[in-house]
Amino acid sequence: MDQIFVALKHWLLGQLATILPAWLLPVVSALMSIAAIIGVFATLFAIMTILERKGLGRIQNRYGPNRVGPFGFLQPAADGIKAIIKEDVVPRAADKVVHFLAPVVLVIPALLVYSVLPIGRNMVAIDLDAGLLFFFAVGAASELAVFMAGWSSRNKYALLGAMRAVAQMVSYEIPLILSTISVVMITGTLSPVKIVEAQSTHAGLLPDWFVFTPWGFAGFILFMISANAEANRSPFDLPEGESELVAGYFTEYSGFKFALFFLAEYLGLFAVSGLGITLFLGGWNSPFAALDFVPSWAWFFAKLLGLIVLFIWTRGTLPRLRVDQLMNFAWKFMIPMVLINLVAAAAWHYVGGGFARWFVSGAIVLGSYLLLGRGLFHGKGITKRTYRYAE
Amino acid sequence: MTPPFAVIAVLTIAAAVAAMTLRNLVHSALAIAVAFIGLAATYLQLNAQFVGLTQILVYVGAVAILIVFAILLTRGGEAPEKSVFSLSWIWGVLVTLAVFATLVWAIKHSFVVERETSVTAPEANVQQIGQALMTRFVLPLEVIGLLLTAALVGAVIIAMKEESVKAKIEDGRSKMDEPANPSSILHPPSSRGGQR
Amino acid sequence: MTPLAGYLILSAMLFAIGLAGALTRRNAIIVLIGIELMLNAANLNFIAFWRFSEHPEALTGILFVIFSIGVAAAEAAVGLALIISIYRHYKTTNVDEVNLLKG
Repeated sequence: MDQIFVALKHWLLGQLATILPAWLLPVVSALMSIAAIIGVFATLFAIMTILERKGLGRIQNRYGPNRVGPFGFLQPAADGIKAIIKEDVVPRAADKVVHFLAPVVLVIPALLVYSVLPIGRNMVAIDLDAGLLFFFAVGAASELAVFMAGWSSRNKYALLGAMRAVAQMVSYEIPLILSTISVVMITGTLSPVKIVEAQSTHAGLLPDWFVFTPWGFAGFILFMISANAEANRSPFDLPEGESELVAGYFTEYSGFKFALFFLAEYLGLFAVSGLGITLFLGGWNSPFAALDFVPSWAWFFAKLLGLIVLFIWTRGTLPRLRVDQLMNFAWKFMIPMVLINLVAAAAWHYVGGGFARWFVSGAIVLGSYLLLGRGLFHGKGITKRTYRYAE
Repeated sequence: MTPPFAVIAVLTIAAAVAAMTLRNLVHSALAIAVAFIGLAATYLQLNAQFVGLTQILVYVGAVAILIVFAILLTRGGEAPEKSVFSLSWIWGVLVTLAVFATLVWAIKHSFVVERETSVTAPEANVQQIGQALMTRFVLPLEVIGLLLTAALVGAVIIAMKEESVKAKIEDGRSKMDEPANPSSILHPPSSRGGQR
Repeated sequence: MTPLAGYLILSAMLFAIGLAGALTRRNAIIVLIGIELMLNAANLNFIAFWRFSEHPEALTGILFVIFSIGVAAAEAAVGLALIISIYRHYKTTNVDEVNLLKG
């Protein structure tokens, strides 16, 4: 059951080997992996849109979509049909070539990064030696696409949104990458497959996932905050703050191109959540040895769904930050915190086994959190807000 | 010459030429990003995986973005009406031709150029690079760390708007042409697009 | 396989294009892009010589390029900061017009 998809692919390739010439087989194999990745994650995109709209609706005390299909669960299909048949409007003053290329350039890296994510035992498209570097290198290309979209639209809201988005993505990329470095330091490899293997053992009750160590826990929280900011989601959704910038950098896009921006945003979110699972939550490993009979890919997608619900919950709960708060948070809290987290990981490695390393590593993380958190609020005169509710 | 190398080489050269000749600065910046990606592909083809990926991360993810920001901050988002080439462009072309001719002559007369690759591709995995960085090349690594810190501080100081320094330099100049608030620096191109 | 000469010619062409851009364009940002292109052409030479060398296990070419990328990033940051500073002062980024030592 665990290897069902791997076995299926091998069986199909074995059947095709009798018909096709030998040089075509690697191409077909790659195409099959690509088709599977696109199919699965596009379906997940549809599931997430409906989950998000219904979940946000519940948080905001309303129903959410409930007209198409049972409980409105066919709403994504209706949305997709609408996006495809809508007219594609390009502004007259727009830079036509760049305007057309931007959504394409945005979607390609969003799909490429999945090639190094291990979504199950033996289920990784390419096992790169420098897989983590590949993930961040390809992901960095999306910043340029965002700028292309905003600049080519010839719209001041689009341009302002793009500049905000690029500045935010550049700022939060540093804590995103540095928080993964602590895992790389401990495992000594950049390959996601090997990082998952390093977390496959069990120590007592808890599995050896990095989230159950002081530095890993802090790293995971910092990673998820940066991931949230990288994906431009609330509370970091200033680039598309509706009350200020209409829709940010994709204001001037319509029809299918608009859907592509939406798709790229969610694909990026899944990819970075998948990376968080791979690095901190044990990848496709089961939490208890007794549960090993459940297929590995099922664990991966269960964890992914859990993180998606967490993202929706965050979006529904927290208010949007201001630009200066966003930048202060990145440069005065996140970056010092990830650097101190590296020290905590080093202490974990060098103090040796037992209780001592829990104490030393935990003290470094907790002490710096208290000091930096106090520094962030210092002199702001922030007091506890009181609310008055309607009776 | 293998077909992948030919395709990558033609793409890289075309992107580099486009970057140097296009009138619109933003188009130039996007073309140079394509040229950087082409060079990264060449590195990957030469088995230098780590360097190729670093090239994409640093050049496309950071340098290209930096260039684009600088273009918008200096209001260069529109193609100029005048010629984009310098007054002394003819001398530039002559110097370039001379340099290129010298390089080609040197390559033609070198004895190493006909060397084929060794049968076994050289290994350069991340672990070996890390070992080398921490043993034989540890001093350059520290120096580059110092350089990057100095560059960070220097760039901030140069680009920072310091009121006292500005007042000294801009003595006698009108202060009206200074942008009033930071958001107006971002020269929205729509103002020009609307006039067409 | 492509012989070493192919990579060297590609590198020489990129270097010449970058030099031509740096010497003939008016805008200081394009001049800086041209310089970046020249640096990249040099990097390609290092990688090509590493790949075709008799002792590739020494990794000298690779590490030189890694340091070179670091230096180029620092150079781009400081160079663009200088251009922004010049623009604030002269209200232009045209290198033909920025010809006074004293403001």
